[in-house]
Amino acid sequence: MILTLTILLAVIIAIAWAAFNAAYLVLAERRGAGVIQRRPGPNINGPFGLLQPPLDGIKLMAKQLIIPAGADRFMYISAPVLVMCPAIMSFVALPYSDWLQAQNIDVGLLMVFAFASMGTMGTIFAGWSSHNKYSLMAAMRSVSQAVAYEIPMILTALTITLMAGTTNLNAIVAQQSENFFHWNIFPLFGETHNILMPFSFLIFFICSMAETNRAPFDLGEAEGELVAGFHIEYGSMGFGLFFMGEYANIVIGATLATIFFLGGWSCPFGLFPGVWWFLIKLYAIIFTIIWIRWTFPRTTIYGLLNLSWKILIPASLVNLLLTAGLMKVF
Amino acid sequence: MINYFREIFSGLWSLFVGMKVTFIEAFSPKVTVHYPYETLKMCDAYRGHIELIENEEGEPNCVCCMSCVRACPSGCISLTGEKPEGGKKKVLTSYHLDFTRCSLCSACVEACNFNAIEHSKEYNLASRNKEDFHFDLLARLRERNQ
Amino acid sequence: MNQPVELQPDETFVLNVGPQHPATHGVLRVKMEMNGEYIVHAETVVGYIHRMHEKMGEVKPYPQFLMNLSRLDYLGAMGYSHCHALCVEKAAGIEVPKRAEYIRVLMVELNRVSSHLVWLGAFIMDLGGFTPLLYTFQAREHILDMMERITGARLTYCYIRFGGVSRDIDDQFIQSARDFMPYMRKELIKYHKLITGNIIFKKRMVGMGHISPEMCRKYGASSGVARGAGINFDVRRNEPYSVYPELEFEVPVYDGCDNMSRYMVRMEEIEQSLRIVEHALDQLPDGPVMPKKAPKIIKPPAGDYYQATETARGTFGVRLVSDGSQTPYRMKLRSPTYSNMHLFDEACRGLMIMDAMAMMGTLDLVIPEIDR
Repeated sequence: MILTLTILLAVIIAIAWAAFNAAYLVLAERRGAGVIQRRPGPNINGPFGLLQPPLDGIKLMAKQLIIPAGADRFMYISAPVLVMCPAIMSFVALPYSDWLQAQNIDVGLLMVFAFASMGTMGTIFAGWSSHNKYSLMAAMRSVSQAVAYEIPMILTALTITLMAGTTNLNAIVAQQSENFFHWNIFPLFGETHNILMPFSFLIFFICSMAETNRAPFDLGEAEGELVAGFHIEYGSMGFGLFFMGEYANIVIGATLATIFFLGGWSCPFGLFPGVWWFLIKLYAIIFTIIWIRWTFPRTTIYGLLNLSWKILIPASLVNLLLTAGLMKVF
Repeated sequence: MINYFREIFSGLWSLFVGMKVTFIEAFSPKVTVHYPYETLKMCDAYRGHIELIENEEGEPNCVCCMSCVRACPSGCISLTGEKPEGGKKKVLTSYHLDFTRCSLCSACVEACNFNAIEHSKEYNLASRNKEDFHFDLLARLRERNQ
Repeated sequence: MNQPVELQPDETFVLNVGPQHPATHGVLRVKMEMNGEYIVHAETVVGYIHRMHEKMGEVKPYPQFLMNLSRLDYLGAMGYSHCHALCVEKAAGIEVPKRAEYIRVLMVELNRVSSHLVWLGAFIMDLGGFTPLLYTFQAREHILDMMERITGARLTYCYIRFGGVSRDIDDQFIQSARDFMPYMRKELIKYHKLITGNIIFKKRMVGMGHISPEMCRKYGASSGVARGAGINFDVRRNEPYSVYPELEFEVPVYDGCDNMSRYMVRMEEIEQSLRIVEHALDQLPDGPVMPKKAPKIIKPPAGDYYQATETARGTFGVRLVSDGSQTPYRMKLRSPTYSNMHLFDEACRGLMIMDAMAMMGTLDLVIPEIDR
């Protein structure tokens, strides 16, 4: 009984963390955009604009939810749910510290990737059921992008699994827990020496940005050509759920990058490991993602697919082979 | 084959150069003015809607020559004047500006030879009905004088 | 990327890039017949912002119509008023003092820089990079502040009059214009680092959006479109007017015929405009800015007069048919963007919609100027 209640509490806290992040990352992005563009971001509602996300949420909920005339009602309403729920559910498996984890799942890595690919179904539901040519085109682009970028991401995660020997996220971090040179991004000490890890990190980083439809890969929401892409016909909370799902996915991608490559909750000098180091690294990666969004223009669809099929997949396959070879030799 | 790798590396390097530019810009001072908490002062030459100029006795300089009415491309100005008994010059009795048609081109101010109208510096007029922008400039002059 | 597309009759659908769209820079409707993502046929529909300027030209006397010209293309307003004033002065035989001519050229070139900065920001925003818009608009604020101190307005200047300009420039303007040069040159270096060298940008521009010189000649394209296709035509050089023969500048011509050439032509034009401004400031003579007996009533003798100038958008022409009275018989405004835009229908066949939008950005369209 107590066990069930603790599990339930842990899951609720994980979901609340996801929702809180999704809401306040929007504010962080707008302020980050303002800083790069030499203007303040939102700073009127509350100090530093901290009340902006709740007020935005209230505004979104108060708007009218319009379902277009020819739309397929069931698919239209279920699409945002299908995008948001897998993202939130993946948080159950992610560890933020050695004791701060909702459920220590042995195949945590596989579970997170499985849920990530379910989000694509929500995208195609949204595009198809909106009864709008623009959103259909955008959804098709988005699906081909998602499929193409899952492959290098999983291949890179496989190199981590090879090096760590396990798919348990907790154990992966535990093996990197000394100082900086034990981290997987630049493993000079530790069990294996592998100089290809920075490339793995780069490939994983690019793939996680492309998976979450994030600029410069945001063809699904390209404002210039296809005004708002696959969520054109969504207003009010439908749009709000898509938005929150996107930011939750970003947090998942950044968390995975921290866990796999940057040593999770360990300090670079090996001093006071804990959840604060995790959060510092997590938000450094998220800040870089925001920085990249506001710097570069968008790629074209064939540029995107070329990058994935012709550059990233061969690179990650070679990476996997060489990692396996290095592990055999050393 | 070499080109393939060269393109990848030079492309990646150009991305880092671009990111450095935005990073440096992020630490530059903000350039926006936090309107309406801070406002800017309009320069001398700024062209707002016209106002009548008065002489030392508080009467408008206008002699009702109708140059401004003829010069206006949009037909915004309408004025009437009458000669008082025993006086030589016409006196202005009403001066009406239809600001909803005015394009702030300054033709009226340049056409006036008697220094009777000038541009004001108002720039943030907003209202919900059109009648607020049918200015009675003579009444506004009298209000300013009080 | 302009592959011929095999057309199956029942496989196309019509996509309406409608009058309300963030990428078309105004109210322009493009009816595209598409096969998946490839455009098979496109048709631009204009007229959503027709304001009857040419009709107003037939009923308003000359000094009143001069104010309309600033609203024709609001981004490069000074150049348009300049052309109209030159045409009417040619017709009516009004002499312009030398200082006024130099001031006009100074203002027109600064306006050209500010118009190209807007083009740059909006174009990169279409491609998806939102930040350079803010940077170019900040650089443009310096120009607008300078112009506002003299003319009184930031966008629709109404500064040029028949015979000269309405106000003289002062020392503070000259000093701020001189200070602007090094600042703008540093900004251009920054744009080249952030945008031109970027691999993502280059992939979308180099070799895409081919517009051949034959197509330019067929449609009468000018400015960046023609000079990006190798046609060396600039009205300031080929049919000189005002004081341009005395100023030193180059006309950038690239013959790549792709998006990148058109982009580089405009970036080089910014640099050349800065050179013109520097020379004009060095050679600025003293004197009045309006002739002593500036005519108030303008009645050009009956006849047919034409004047063309090089504005930020291209070759702008004013054809004046006068019948000797105070209002023209016909005031025809030759809009450069009208010719530039119509080659989009032919040039975008076989392109994907993203590339077509990128190409439309390089054509530098301002729709109110097409519809007049």
